[in-house]
Amino acid sequence: MAAKDYLRQRFFPQIWCPGCGHGIVMANMIRAIERLRLKKDEIVVVSGIGCSSRMPGYLDFHTLHTLHGRALAFATGVKMARPELTVIAPMGDGDALAIGGNHLIHASRRNIDLTAIIMNNSIYGMTGGQYSPMTPFGKRTTTAPSGTIEHSFDLVELARGAGASFVARTTTYHAKEMIKIIAKAIKHKGFAVVEVMSQCPTYYGRKNKLGSAVDMMKRYKEGTAPIGSKKKAEHPDLIERGVFVEQRRPEYSKSYLELIDRYVTS
Amino acid sequence: MQANVRFMQGNEAIVEGALYAGLHFYAGYPITPSTEITEILSEILPRNGGTFIQMEDEIASMCAIIGASLTGFKVMTATSGPGFSLMQEAIGYAVMTEVPSVVVNVQRGGPGTGLPTSVAQGDVMQARWGTHGDHSIIALTASNVQDAFLMTVEAFNLAETFRTLVILLFDELVAHMREKVVIPQPGEIEVVERLRTSVPQGTNYHPYLVREDGRLPMSDFGGVHRYNVTGLVHDMWGFPSTDGKVAYDLIHHLVDKLEHRADAIAHYKEYFTEDAEVLLISYGSSARSALDMVEDRRKRGVKVGLLELQSLWPFPGETVRKKCEGRSHVLVVEMNMGQICQEVKKVVSKPENVFLANRFDGVFISPADILRLLNMIQGKGV
Repeated sequence: MAAKDYLRQRFFPQIWCPGCGHGIVMANMIRAIERLRLKKDEIVVVSGIGCSSRMPGYLDFHTLHTLHGRALAFATGVKMARPELTVIAPMGDGDALAIGGNHLIHASRRNIDLTAIIMNNSIYGMTGGQYSPMTPFGKRTTTAPSGTIEHSFDLVELARGAGASFVARTTTYHAKEMIKIIAKAIKHKGFAVVEVMSQCPTYYGRKNKLGSAVDMMKRYKEGTAPIGSKKKAEHPDLIERGVFVEQRRPEYSKSYLELIDRYVTS
Repeated sequence: MQANVRFMQGNEAIVEGALYAGLHFYAGYPITPSTEITEILSEILPRNGGTFIQMEDEIASMCAIIGASLTGFKVMTATSGPGFSLMQEAIGYAVMTEVPSVVVNVQRGGPGTGLPTSVAQGDVMQARWGTHGDHSIIALTASNVQDAFLMTVEAFNLAETFRTLVILLFDELVAHMREKVVIPQPGEIEVVERLRTSVPQGTNYHPYLVREDGRLPMSDFGGVHRYNVTGLVHDMWGFPSTDGKVAYDLIHHLVDKLEHRADAIAHYKEYFTEDAEVLLISYGSSARSALDMVEDRRKRGVKVGLLELQSLWPFPGETVRKKCEGRSHVLVVEMNMGQICQEVKKVVSKPENVFLANRFDGVFISPADILRLLNMIQGKGV
C-alpha cells in the first residue's frame, strides 16, 4: 500500500508548524507498519496531549486521543482487554516524561507489549515553548528566559532502568534507520521505547538560535553517532543512536493469559 | 430453583452486582474503604476469563477502563475520596467521549485525607461537578447491601443505555456492613448489552452521529470500523473541531441526554409518605437511621414519612417537588453540610420549610440525632 492509504486525508492539512519533525516520524511509522504487513484493523494508536499527540487523528487505524500524559494508561487498558491488537503510543517528551512519567516507568516495569514512540523536541510546543524534562541544562525557553537550571532525563537510561525490554534512539535526520528501529520496536514482544529526536524550529530552535529546520536536522547528523561506532569513540560527547536494549523477558499480557490458563486447568 | 441467598459485605455485593451485569475488565488501586472490591476481583476475574489489573494510581485505573471499554467490554473501577479526586479529569473524558463505564466511590470523611475509615457522604457535589466543564452525570446510591447489588447492576445498564460514565456513590457503612443478599438468577433482572452499529464494513460509520432515539451505536476498537476518539470537542467522525455550532450541539447533547430523562432515570423508595405531614428525604446509609426514626414515630401516631433517593444525579427534581407538595416540613437527612438539602430547596415551592439533619464528623447519624431536629421544627423543644 502507498503511505497515503494509511492516512485520513479528509482531516488534512495537519496542524504541525512548517519544519516540524513530527510529520517525518508519522511517515516513517507508516512505512514501518507497511513493512511489517500489519492490517489496519489490528492497530490501535493511542496518544496523550501535545503537538505529537495529534498524530493519531490523521492515521487510518483505531485511534484514541486521550489526556495529557495518560496515553500509556489508556493503551494498557486496550492491550489488556484485547492482547491480540498491536498498540502504538506516539508521545511527546513533556507528555511522556513529566505528567506521564509515572505511567512510563510502570509500563516499562510490567513489560507490557506496547510501543512508545517518544518524539523528543526538548520543549512543550503546543503551549508555546516552555521547558520540558528533556530540555538540556542552560537552554532557553519561555519559562526559562535565561536558560533552564534543571537537568534533563537521559530517556534511554530511564527506560532501561525502569525495565523496558526494548530501548532505542534515533532522529528525524536518520529516516531509514528510524523505519528499521520503529519496525523492530513494534515487532518486539514487550514494552518498547523509541526516542526520536524531532526538531521544533518554531520554539526550541528560535529561542536557542539553532537556525532553520534543516539546520536543526544537520545538528542531529553531526551531533549523534551509532552505538559503539568509531565516530563515538573519537568524539565521546556525541549522542548515541541505535538499539540499546533488546531483551526477551516475560511480557505482561501473555503472563496474564497464562494466569487465566492456570486457573482454568486447576 | 433454590434461591441464592448469601450473607455478605457491601463491597462484596458490589462485586456480585458487577459480575451479574457482565463486568469483564477491572482496573483499580488500593484505597480504604473500597479496597475489598479490588481484592475480590483480583481473585474472581482471572478465573472467569476476565481482566484484572492493579494500576499505578487511580488516574491510570480510570484511563485503563476507558481504553478497555472501547474494545467492547463492560468495565469498572472502584475508589474512595482522594482517588475519586484524582479520577476527575478522566471522568470528564469518559463523559465527553461517551464511553460506557462504571466508577464506584465508597465515600469516606474528607476533605484531604480526611477520615479514611469513617462514614461520610461529602462527595455528592463532587460526583456532580468534580470534573470541569458543563456536563451531566448519573450517580446512584444504596442504603443496604441488597440494594448495593441492585444499583450496581442498574449502573451498568444505564452506562450502556446512555453511553456514559455512571458513578456509584456508596458510603463506608454500606460498603463494610454485612447483610443478607439474594442473588437473582441469570435473566431475572434485565441486563442491558452494548448497542453496536449495524453499519456494514466498507460503509462510513459515524461514532458520534446521534440516532433519532438519542442513542449512539458503538463499534469495538479492533473491529471493522476504524474511527477517532478524542476528548476535544469533536464532530460526528470523532475528529476535533473548533466550530461553534459543533461545540454547542455536542454540549447540549451531553447534557440533554440525561437531564431530559432525569425523572425516568430516577430511582427511589417511599415509606409512610401517603399521609405524612413531615417528609424526610435521605439516601445511602443515613436513610437507615431516617427510616428507624420514622417507624418509631409512626408507632406514636406521628405522621412522618421517608423518601429514600437511590439516584442523586441527575437530580430527580420533578419527583422530589411532587413528593414535597402539601407537607408541613421537609427534613433532609445526610452526612455532609447539606449538599442534597440545597438541591431540594431549589425545587420545592416553599424552601423555607426545608430543614437539614446532618453529621459530618465521621460518626454515623443516629435516629436520635434526626429526632432532635424533628422536635425542634415541630416546636417541641430539644
